Order: sequence, then structure tokens, then C-alpha cells
Amino acid sequence: MSDIAIRVEKLGKRYAIGKRERYRTLRDTVTDTLAAPFRRLRRGSSSNGNGAPDHVWALRDVSFEIPRGEVVGIIGRNGAGKSTLLKVLSRITEPTEGYAEIHGRVGSLLEVGTGFHPELTGRENVYLNGAILGMHKAEIARKFDEMVAFAEIEKFIDTPVKHYSTGMYMRLAFAVAAHLDTDILIVDEVLAVGDAEFQKKCLGKMGDISKGGRTVLFVSHNLSAVQSLCGTGILLENGKLRRQAPVNQVIGEYTYGLAKRNGSGGHSYALGPTLRLGRLEIDPSPVTSGEPLVLTIQLVPHSATSLKEIALLVYSEFGARIAVLDLRQHGLRNLILRGGPFEFQVHIPHLPLVEGKYRLGFYIATSEHADDYLDVAVLTVRGAESHNGIVPYPADYLGYIDLGFSVRAEVAMQVPQ
Amino acid sequence: MATTSDVLILRPSSGFLRLHLRDLWEYRELLYFLVWRDIKVRYKQTALGAAWAILQPTMTMVVFSIFFGRLAKVPSDGVPYPIFAYVALLPWQLFAFSLTESSNSLVASQNLITKVYFPRLVIPISSVLAGLVDFAIAFVILLVMMLYYGIVPTAAVALLPLFLLFAVVTALSVGLWLSALNVKYRDVRYTIPFLTQFWMFATPVAYPASLVPERWRPLYGLNLMAGVVEGFRWALLGKQHAPGPLLWVSVAAVAVLLIGGLRYFKKTESTFADIV
Repeated sequence: MSDIAIRVEKLGKRYAIGKRERYRTLRDTVTDTLAAPFRRLRRGSSSNGNGAPDHVWALRDVSFEIPRGEVVGIIGRNGAGKSTLLKVLSRITEPTEGYAEIHGRVGSLLEVGTGFHPELTGRENVYLNGAILGMHKAEIARKFDEMVAFAEIEKFIDTPVKHYSTGMYMRLAFAVAAHLDTDILIVDEVLAVGDAEFQKKCLGKMGDISKGGRTVLFVSHNLSAVQSLCGTGILLENGKLRRQAPVNQVIGEYTYGLAKRNGSGGHSYALGPTLRLGRLEIDPSPVTSGEPLVLTIQLVPHSATSLKEIALLVYSEFGARIAVLDLRQHGLRNLILRGGPFEFQVHIPHLPLVEGKYRLGFYIATSEHADDYLDVAVLTVRGAESHNGIVPYPADYLGYIDLGFSVRAEVAMQVPQ
Repeated sequence: MATTSDVLILRPSSGFLRLHLRDLWEYRELLYFLVWRDIKVRYKQTALGAAWAILQPTMTMVVFSIFFGRLAKVPSDGVPYPIFAYVALLPWQLFAFSLTESSNSLVASQNLITKVYFPRLVIPISSVLAGLVDFAIAFVILLVMMLYYGIVPTAAVALLPLFLLFAVVTALSVGLWLSALNVKYRDVRYTIPFLTQFWMFATPVAYPASLVPERWRPLYGLNLMAGVVEGFRWALLGKQHAPGPLLWVSVAAVAVLLIGGLRYFKKTESTFADIV
């Protein structure tokens, strides 16, 4: 048997975009067919037919090899092609061009709890979910007790999962997934579930798995998880392979690329099919904790679109969401955008974030599409000057937020003599 | 898990289509679990539960007996009309149910299709098979009725399992087409209630196939379910002749439809996850 687990050669995946991505009704087909000649006529007569392609390459010309037993983190921004790559490698969708060679049994976890049925009990769902993930009945039976113990729901295993709390549900779902025992494991963002305690446990389990000599492909926005679990990293950018190297180098390149994009305009970032970010200016940069911050954001519509909702997302350096600035509350909702760019400013009078690096993103819903766009920019915050001569704690001890509190003591404070 | 330790190559599918039946065999346990889930969940949170499986054919039989048997005096090949109708309603309801369920099955399972690989054929097959439980429950009523009317089946009853298989395969052959089409064209969902309704009246459920002139009867077999229904009557009641040419035409038509359905399903399978 060869030492290669996965070999990918000039892999490409093309998606149709716009309306055609969705399912169609027969009527659409009929009207499209009937209208086609006229459309061509119209396009022929006026030369400004926007040459927007009706397809997009989510992945193109991607080639790499993954040796057996390696744990690989795949990172990149939204739309870089991470999920598409995983879907192709887990056989959910077919590549449009190129090919991939997979040596060994593959298990993929693109979601935990796939196929869980609310009416069935925990026990029944373990068997169902296990079978869906490709486990055999005997295998599930053998690992059953271990799974239940891991999920810590022994008492409720014969209760329908619709009565479970979200936490219990997620724990059980992850427990099944974590016991999937294949040569190659493909994991997408499944750690983003449950409470902090359980996430830690999941990470621990993932750590065990990755030390067990299996080949693992791991996608996450949680860079600290990627860093601690993976040996090598693959950086995808706009559907292309940007870098395959030891994980620290790849993460470094990724965050450097993000930071570089800050400051002056010049960069452009697609926010769905009809919108792109023309400019995101952070003023001042870096900003000092507790001082005012102004963000200037410019959205450029490709074609007329309606901006239903927009929110600014603030993440910690390692991917925990810290704040959501719901811009709907300030009149930014249901706006018709057409023609020129749309620019607005967000003012934060006293930035309550403590010293550190924060990742900025958007949630944007237009009439065509709604999605989260993470890692649009990096916000660097400097520590405030020391107060009253007290030296602040080091940056890693500070958490994220300065609560701006005051202290009122009932009894006069005693000064030890 | 489908992939054994040999190498798996993923590439764009070419024109050459294989059925990957071995793959399907590897996933037989998933098939079993999906059928089991459908059965288990079907009558949850209903007041009457599995009694529904009996109520539907029985009520239909009562209505048919009153209107077609009593009032319109539709002939029933010398068998008491209620049992004549019920014997046909059993395979018919199995067919109609399995067809409806399998046609919607892929769309209903989109959360699976977009997240996990397994041979997609498992989905329509499992929803067709889940209909067999209702059939089994309703079949008990048939036995009671046969006892009541003192009908003793002939040796032809030995062929009943074959006719049952035929009913299931018939539902699958249509279900394959409709489920795959439904992924792309959601119109399918709306046409199914009409389709099953019209189809029932075109099928000798409420009337005997002998109403159709002898000359045209083989052609009548192009209605796939005509062969199934007449086969059931013959196997269980045994009063008429074997269905003969009508049945063979039905079998041939189902074979063509099934092979075409498998091919179409396989051809469109690779895009299910992208468009569902």
C-alpha cells in the first residue's frame, strides 16, 4: 500500500450561479426556452450586455498530496473553496474536472447529527446516525456504551431526542461522529457546537484521533484548534491552492494576508453574487482600547439589489464571536442599491475591546443570498495607558472586553497596618 | 462504508454508466435503518396509530361497495364485491403510497444528500419498502374477509409473493423517475396526487379487467398496475383465469421503465447535492 492517503490532481468544481443554482420549476424551463431567442436579440442590439458569467469555479486547478497519517488543516476565507473541496473528497458532489485519488476508507463529518430524527430516542438515533455515517451495526453496538458515556446522557438514552436540550443533542451527535473509525477522516467545523466545556472535550477527542495515526482533513475558522491539532496546513484562496506547508507557516501567511488588506482601500471582497466590499477603512489603525473608532464601509453592487440586512461581526483572534453590530437598528435594512457604491460609517465612541487582534466580518442578506463573511479584516487594538500607576495584566489574561465598572464600598476600606 | 481499502478515484463521470450494485450492497444496513426509521416514525403522534393502515383500504372498500357494487352494479367476476374490491385495493394502496413516498424521498432527504455520501438509490428504495408494513397490517383484514366469505385460495396463492414483489418493483420503477425529476422540477410534487387518482380509475380496482374487450386486453397491460391488480385477484381468489398476456405486457413495461429509471437516476445522481 502506498504512503499517500489522498492525491488531488488539477481538481476543479464549477457551480452555476444566480437563479440557476436553485431548483427550477418546469415553468422556468419553458419560459427560459421561449425567451432565449429574444434575449439573444436584445443582447445583440445593445452592446452593454453585462458579461457576467453564469457559472463560477468554486475550486480550480487544485493539486496536492497528503501522506498517510498526516493531520491537515484547511484554512481560507469564506468562498475560498474549503467546503467544496471537502464535499468533493467525501463524494457528496462530483468534480467538474481533474481527479482525486483516495487510498483507504473515508468517513466524513460535514455536520454532526445528520439524519437525527426528533421522534426517535437517543439510542435509536445513535444507530441511525451511525449507519448514515457508514458504520456497521455490529460496530455501533460495540462502541455504543462508549459513545453514550462520552455524551454523558446515560439517563436519557431512551428518551426521544426532541425532549433533549440543544447541548445534550449536540453531545450525542458528536459522540457518534467521534467514534467513526476510518482510515481517512474529513471534518468540517463540527467543533463549533455546544458549550465551552464540551468544545474542550471535543478538541481533546480530535487530538486523540489525530495522534492515532489516521489521516485527518480538518476545516475550521477556529485557528487555535487548527494550530493545536494539525501538523500541516493548506491555504485556499479564491478556489486555488495558495500554500501547503507546516501549519504555523500557513496560519501566519493567512493572518498576514488579512492584516495586509486593512487600512487603505484597494482591496475588494465579494459579498455574495451581487455585492462586493469596495472599501473597509479602520480609523485609527491600530486603535487604542477605550478610544473612539470609526469604520468606513463601502459596498458596491454589481447589479441592482436589495440589501435586506447587514451586521458587522467581531471575532476573537481564534474565532470566538465577541460582538454583533446589528446595523438594521440604524436604518440599514431593505435598501435598494443600484449603480454607484454605497458608503456608510460606523462610530464606536469608546471601544470596549481590550488589547489584541480581532477579526471582522459581515452578515449580509440581499434579495438573492444571505451568508456570513468572515475574516474581512483584522482590527488591532492597543492597550490603554496604565491607570493610577497600576501596571495592567498581560494581554493574554485580559479576556476581550473592558466592562468599564466602578466600585462602591459600603464600609470604609481597611488599610492593613 | 462503501470504499474498501483499495483506491477510490473521483473524477467527472463520463458517459459510461455503471450501477455500482456492490456499493448498494455495502450499504444494505443503511437501507435497513432507513426503512426502520420510516416505519417507526410513521404513526408517532397519531391518535389512531397503525389503525390508519386498516382504515384507509377498508373505508375505500365500503364506499366502492356501496356506489360501484350496489348502486352501479359493476360486475365482480362472480366474487362478492367487497372482497373483490379489497383484494385490488391492497396492492393499489401499497403502490400509491410507495410511489408518493419515493417520489418525495430525495427532496425530503436533502439534509442527508448534501452532507453525507452513500448510494443515493438507498433513499427511494427504502421509502418504497416502508410501505410493506401497512400492506401487511391491511392484509390481516383480507384474511378475515376470506374466512367470512368462505373463500379458499387455489394453488395460485403460491405466486402471491411474486405479485407482491412485482407491485413493489412497479412502484420503484416509477418512483425512480419521479424522485430524480423532483430534485430538479418541484412540479412533480404537485402532480402526484392527480397522477395516483387518475391512475386508480384507469386500473381495474373498482371494476374487473374483463370489462375491457378481449382484443384490447393485452394492450391494457401497458397500465402497469393492471397486471399487478389482476395478478393479486387471481392468486388470492382464484376464480378467474390467470391474467395471461395482460400480465406479460405489464411485466415487460415495468422492466423497460425500471431500467430507464435506474439509468436516469444514475445519470442525474451526481448533481443531486448541487441542486436539491
